[in-house]
Parts: sequence; C-alpha cells; structure tokens
Amino acid sequence: MTFARPKINLPGQKVNEIGLALRDYEGSLSTLCAGCGHDSITAALVQALWEMSIRPEQLIKMSGIGCSSKTPAYFVHGAHGFNSVHGRMPSVATGALAGNRDLVGIGVSGDGDSLSIGFGQFGHVIRRNVNMLYLIENNGVYGLTKGQFSASADAGSTSKKGEVNQMQNINAVATAISMGASFVGRSFSGDREQLVPLIKAAIAHPGCAVLDVVSPCVTFNDHEGSTKSYAYTRDHKLRAVEADLISPRAEIKASYYAGDTHPVRLHDGSTILLRKVDPDYDPTRRNNALGYLERHRSRGEIVTGLLYIDQNVTDMHSQSRTTAMPLKAMDYERLNPGSEALRELQKGMK
Amino acid sequence: MKRTDTSNPDYFHQVVDCQWGCPAHTDVPEYIRLIAQGRFDDAYMVNRESNVFPGILGRVCDRPCEPACRRGRMDEKPVAICRLKRVAADHRGDITDRLPRAPKEKNGKKVALVGGGPASLTVANDLLPLGYECVIFEAQAVAGGLMRYNIPAFRLPHEVLNEEIDYILDMGAEIHYNHRVESMKALLDEGYDAVFVGSGAPRGKELRLPGRYDTENIHIGIDWLESVAFDHIDAVGKKVLIIGVGNTAMDCCRTSLRLGAENVKVMARKPREFFKASVWELEDAEEENVEIVVNHSPKEFVVENGKLKGMSFELMEYTIENGRIQDQDVTGEVFIACDDVILAIGQENSFPWIERDLGIEFNPWEEPMVDEVTYESTRGGVFFGGDSAFGPKNIIWAVEHAHQAAISIHRHCQGESLQDRLPDLLNLQSRKMGMHEWSYSSTFDPAARRKMMHVPLEQRFEALGKEVELGFDAEQTAKEVERCLNCDIQTVFSDSLCIECDACLDICPTQCLTITSNGDKEDLVTRLKAPVLEHEQPLFVSGELKQTSRVMVKDENFCIHCGLCAERCPTAAWDMQKSLLTFPKAADYVSGPDSGERPCQQRKAG
Repeated sequence: MTFARPKINLPGQKVNEIGLALRDYEGSLSTLCAGCGHDSITAALVQALWEMSIRPEQLIKMSGIGCSSKTPAYFVHGAHGFNSVHGRMPSVATGALAGNRDLVGIGVSGDGDSLSIGFGQFGHVIRRNVNMLYLIENNGVYGLTKGQFSASADAGSTSKKGEVNQMQNINAVATAISMGASFVGRSFSGDREQLVPLIKAAIAHPGCAVLDVVSPCVTFNDHEGSTKSYAYTRDHKLRAVEADLISPRAEIKASYYAGDTHPVRLHDGSTILLRKVDPDYDPTRRNNALGYLERHRSRGEIVTGLLYIDQNVTDMHSQSRTTAMPLKAMDYERLNPGSEALRELQKGMK
Repeated sequence: MKRTDTSNPDYFHQVVDCQWGCPAHTDVPEYIRLIAQGRFDDAYMVNRESNVFPGILGRVCDRPCEPACRRGRMDEKPVAICRLKRVAADHRGDITDRLPRAPKEKNGKKVALVGGGPASLTVANDLLPLGYECVIFEAQAVAGGLMRYNIPAFRLPHEVLNEEIDYILDMGAEIHYNHRVESMKALLDEGYDAVFVGSGAPRGKELRLPGRYDTENIHIGIDWLESVAFDHIDAVGKKVLIIGVGNTAMDCCRTSLRLGAENVKVMARKPREFFKASVWELEDAEEENVEIVVNHSPKEFVVENGKLKGMSFELMEYTIENGRIQDQDVTGEVFIACDDVILAIGQENSFPWIERDLGIEFNPWEEPMVDEVTYESTRGGVFFGGDSAFGPKNIIWAVEHAHQAAISIHRHCQGESLQDRLPDLLNLQSRKMGMHEWSYSSTFDPAARRKMMHVPLEQRFEALGKEVELGFDAEQTAKEVERCLNCDIQTVFSDSLCIECDACLDICPTQCLTITSNGDKEDLVTRLKAPVLEHEQPLFVSGELKQTSRVMVKDENFCIHCGLCAERCPTAAWDMQKSLLTFPKAADYVSGPDSGERPCQQRKAG
C-alpha cells in the first residue's frame, strides 16, 4: 500500500510576500527512510525559501547521485532541476548559472558525492566562487550501498556491525575554508533553529556558500560508536557563531545588536547579522577559524554556525567579466555574431 | 506544561469529537468503519449498546455529534453521521438473537416506570436482562411517547418505531396501556422497589394574548400533533400561522401542509440566528415552501363573531452585538390573516399527579429536584429521567439519563451506594499491520458531504405517513463513510523512543506537531508551528525528550488521523491505536462468583 500526503486547506494558513503558503514550496513525498536527516534538511530548505519569498521559477535545484541527491525532488516542485552524474553537480551548476545569472542556484550533494567521487569538482566550484548554495548532507556513510564508511567518517568511529574506521576523514568545512571559499557554515539536521537562518544567509550570499550539514542516517549510522548519530551530534555540538539574514526591507531592531553582534552588509542591501556565541571565534579571519576548528575537532566537538565569511571574493561572473544580462535573455544575433565576426576578432590577435 | 495524562479516558475521548458530543457516547467512528465493511448488523449493535434506538435516532436524532465533528472544523461540512446510522439500521439483517434477554428466574425486584417513552423503555432495556420485573404505565394505547405523537410519521415511520420498541417490550416488560398514573402516592403504596418517572415534558406553553380563548382555531403545538397522530384531527384551514421556530414548529408547519393547508407561515419574533430549530429541519420546511417570517412579535388574535380572522404582530428591530440582542424597538404593526394558529413556543414539565407531601421536592419552577449523577429525586427510590428530569431536551439525552438511572435503580434495589459509580474504561490497540499498512482507511478523502435525497414535492403530500427522506444509496454510503477521519484511531506517543529527527513534524499535513522547549500554556502556544485556533481543543504535551529535554506538543484540533507521523517515525515513538472507550451500564454492576470481564469489556473493536 502506498501513502500520500493529503493537501488540506486549513483555516488560518499563513502566506508569504508573494502570496504562497509553505505547502507551495514542497515537492514530492520523500522515499528516503523514515527519520532520515535529509528529510529534515528538505523541510528547512522549504521553510527558508518560503520565508525569503523566492519565486519557484527563479530557482534551480541540482544534484549528483546518492541518498542526498534525491533531495531536490522533495522541495519546490515548481522550480527547475537537474539530477546529474555522480560527483558532477558542480559542473552542471557552473554551466546553469553561467547561462542564467539571475537564477537562485541550490546544489544538494552528499559526503560521497562531494568528498569522494566529486572531490575534484568540489574544489573548483569553490575556487570559481559560483553564486550558489552548495549543501552537503553529511552522514558519514554510504547509505545506498548499505553502510560502508564514507570519506567524512571520523577515524575511530564504528560501523553498525562494529568495525572501526581506520582512515582519516576529510573535513568538508576545513577543506572549503582552506581552498578560499567565501562562505562556509556547518549545522545539524536536527537543529532547525540554526539551520534555517543559515540557509537563508547562504542563499543571499553573492558567491559559493558551502553548508556542511550533519544529517544522521537512521538506518546505517545512528548507533552507539557513530560520530554522526542524532545523540552524538547533539552531545558534541558546539555553537560558535550564529547568523541571521535581515532583508533590505526589514527594519533592524536594536535588540538584534545585543551581545557580541556585528553586521555584514551584502551587495543586494540585505544584512547578515553575526552573533558570536564564543567570543574567541572570528569568522572573518581564515587562520583564526581554521585554528579554532582544529582545536575543537581534537576534543571531539562539532563546531557549528557561520564559520567563515568573506564578502570581497569576486564571483565567477566578475572574474570572467561577463555581461550583466543573462545569456538566455540575449538575442541570438548578439549571442552568436557569426563566423564573420569571429574572423574579425581573430584578425586582431594575429 | 505538565505531561499530559493520557491514561485518563477523558483525554482520548475528547479527541473523538462525535463520541464526546453524544450524550450517550456512541462509538461513531467504529460503527462507520463497520458500515464501510458492509457489516450492518455489527454497526447496528455498536449503536444499540449506547443509544438503544438506532433506527429511530438515525432519522430524528438532534445530532449533537455533527456540529462537533472534526471534519466540520476544516472548512467543510461534518460527516453525515445520523444518515449513516440509518444506513446501518435499514440494512441490518435479523439481529434478534443478539439482543439482551431476560432470565427466566427473576431477582424478585419490581420497578414501576411511568410513561412509555424513550426514557422508560431504556430503563427497561437495561434492567430486564438483570432479572428485574419492569411495569410500564402508558397513558396512550401505544408505546413510544413523544417519539410517536410529537414526531410526525413522514419523518419517523411507525414500522421503524414499533420494531425497536418491541425489541424491549418482547424481552418481557409488563405494559399497561391507557393507564394514566393519577397519583404518585397510590403508586408508591403499591410497594414497588423503585419508581422511575419518564413521563416527559407534556405541557405546551401558552400564549396569553387578547382573543386567545375566543375561538376554537388556536391550538397548542404538541397537543395538536398528538391529535393528528391519533387521527383525532385530519384537517386544518387553508391559511395557517405557526408561532415559534423550534423543531416542534417545523413539525407543525409540515404536518399542516399534509392536512390541506395551502399557505403556512412560521412566525418568528427574532432574526434567523436566534432560531432554536435545527438547521436541517428549517431547510426541510423551506423546501416544502413554508415561509419563515422574522422579526414579528405576536400582539393579539383577531377574532370576529367567534371566528378567527388572523393575528396582528408588532414589527421588531434589534440591535445585535457579538451575537447578543442589546436593544429592541417596535417599528410598526401588521395584520396577517389566517384560519388556524398553532402555538409552538416551548414545553414545560407538569406534575399535577405528584402529591407535594411525599418528600419529592420541587424547585420554584415546578421542576423536580433531581441529582445530576444518580437521577434520584429527594425521595429515595424515586428516579426521574428524560424530559421530566430537567425539562425538554431530546431523545438521545433521555436515553443517557435512563442508562444512568437504571444503574442507580439497580444499586438502590441491591442496597448499595448510588454515588459509587464504576469508572469509564479505555483500551488502546495498535492498528499497525506492516510496512505502510494500517488496519483502517487512513487516507484523507476530500469528497464533500453527500446530500440526502427526498421524495419529490408532488408526491410528498399524498399521505401523512409518507417518509420524506429516502436514505443513502450504496454509492452515497460508500463515499460518506470515507469522509470520516477515524478520530478514534489515536496518535499515541512514547517519549522514551523519540530521537527527535523531526520526521513527524515535517510530514504532518496540518502542522499540528511541534518539538519545542517547555513552558506554561500561554508561552508554549506562541511557539507552535500552526496557530492555536480552538482553545477548547486539548493540547498534548509529552514528557521531556531524551536528547534535548524539549517536549513534543500536539494540537489535537486539526489532526486528521492520517497516521503519517507514525508512518514516518523510525522508532515507532508514534503509533496509531484504536481507543475503545466503554461506559458501564447497569449490567456491569452485577457481580457474581464467575464474573471475570464485565459485560462492557466484552465488546472488541472491529
């Protein structure tokens, strides 16, 4: 017997600035395991996109292969989407956003898709600073192939059968920061309060925003000895710095500035408000961030929040000095001036 | 907030809105599921256990369950519960072998029941199987009381009435017809072990205005209906005015049409929102072209030479604020011609036959002082139930009064305390069958309420007893049963199993679940995913969850019992469980050497 989620028009349902209800940002019913962290992240994405009043047709969702890469089917069914080859989501994303710079790009990947088969692509999309949210649903395990350790599994953690992981792990956030990413965050699927504002800030950020989200695999990695289980993550999670996105239209209240808070103003007029939970942490300095991460990693703690931000890294379009007009909006003659124009151009290069 | 105590049967009972709203606590979702499976006999018996007259009530019940129905809170019409009850009754087979039976050996106790209406019949139904001798005194030549002579036969056919009354009388009740009890003292002197008064509220209210007693053509509604029922009246004038807009008024206007009236007006003093009649009864009357006139206050009966010419009314204007009349003005006067006037402005209790020196005390409004739990009067061994206890209510209330009074009578006759009552019982049983499989129809069906088909207007008035409602056909029944949300399949939460993965919160189609930090109610409701709209509806608060010490909160208001929370729960912290509620009846108080399970515990959920 299959089951469907009924659509019910309830009295008192709220709508956002463009008149859509939360349910309008949902997708098909998830076929992932019951209790999967990925579904929680999907719900956080739905919430964030709804709150930001993003038009569904303005959005493109892309993914590779894996449990995580099924996610784009589960939110905003009115958006564009591309489910690509294993580990090759960054290439597709780069192409899509090169062609239409007005799109809001969300790439959903997993620890296998980004840190194993797609590790090379991961580095280069960061380096190019493609304007997108690059979300890694990180569960430390290959769920689709029955629970082998993935590249993000911590050394010393055990599999469901009790086997101990011997290899060192690839730390997605440290890798991203050291590769020069302009926005790096980490969160937990079970902490919606932290995750939703972080997703909003990442979408608003004008560059490649990497979000590593610990997302427990209920079927293969939620046991004792796992370092990516619900219980372990809750016990060892450390909030270092929180982020709130304030839209350009919103009035900034004085209460936002309580405590150790400072604003990062974005080019579109909105503001990311950073609230330091730990005064020692400075998310605008790369070596401070990396040092802090390493200190706490060695204690077994999982540092979460907006870990690094740099507004001044140029994005792909600025680097390549591309036209401000999306290519898809350009006339064919202008986009493709013909062989005569090419010959003229080549003449000048001789 | 404190952890919700779901072991108190009232908690899950309140979630089953229809059952909570029904005075007799009929297990509505259970019998609707049985109808869906075509098990009409079983559905009938589930009904009969609590409401005794499913065929009768399936036509004329006041339906407190329907305004309560959860479906009605979702911008939709409630499930047609009453119509489905009729489906069970109409399509049942022979169920006589499943009815309670009176033992050959009696227990030597004799109970007198005054009046042969629903209250007395229910007492007999409960006490006969325990070996009591029940003696019913009925003033008329037939039993049924108000059900027979205040409800016209076009709404409740006599065959339906007779069959269900006979189930009880055939058990061995002794009934004396045409026997009006004229003296309580004389009755008490006959030495009964207990006396139950179920004689109703038989006196129609008067309208003492000029001209009232100058003509023969002004009738008291319930008396007039009774005369029609017993064929003493078979005609009425062409133009008829009905005064009052209660359900009796609706019966009077529709009966008038069947006795030859051509122009019937129901005269209301107030605007429509203050009408006492059930919405569906108003609709049925208007369908028959009865005109309902608002804001007309009766002033006088105009009689010339002993002949009724009409009535004059004052035209009223009201200032209404928040649904209440704040002020009223008379703006004019109008005369409306008519041949007959029927007064249907209410009923009251009347006990001229109870002597006031017997220790049965009355309040200043001539109503007996009756205990609300035991239904005993101020004289031990004398009980009241139905309309005679607390004034006019309806059949389903009379049945519930009688169930409770029967318990009291039994306790009284056994010399035991009347106040010591057995608790209600709750049994929960999982409905999980396997992966994605639940043993109930969990999917939400967006179908709209089915409409009852009526006999066409041109055929309707041929005979007084022609039943107007045709009953649901198979297709309508199949659709309507699926509209029931199965509120008795409860969402049961075990906080110790929850890993706080949020899967249930995300899947819930009505956002009725939230995991948040605890607080007092005012604070907690501000953090719920969906706004709390019905503050009467219960809020479930779990114990502290293991990992974060937060709590699971569920607003029961909009839960559609689709089971998706349980479907999506990786640890089975949510489960869908049928709540089988049982409400002890007199038979459950019988203790014998071999009594293990009480009778009320023997019913198993289907």
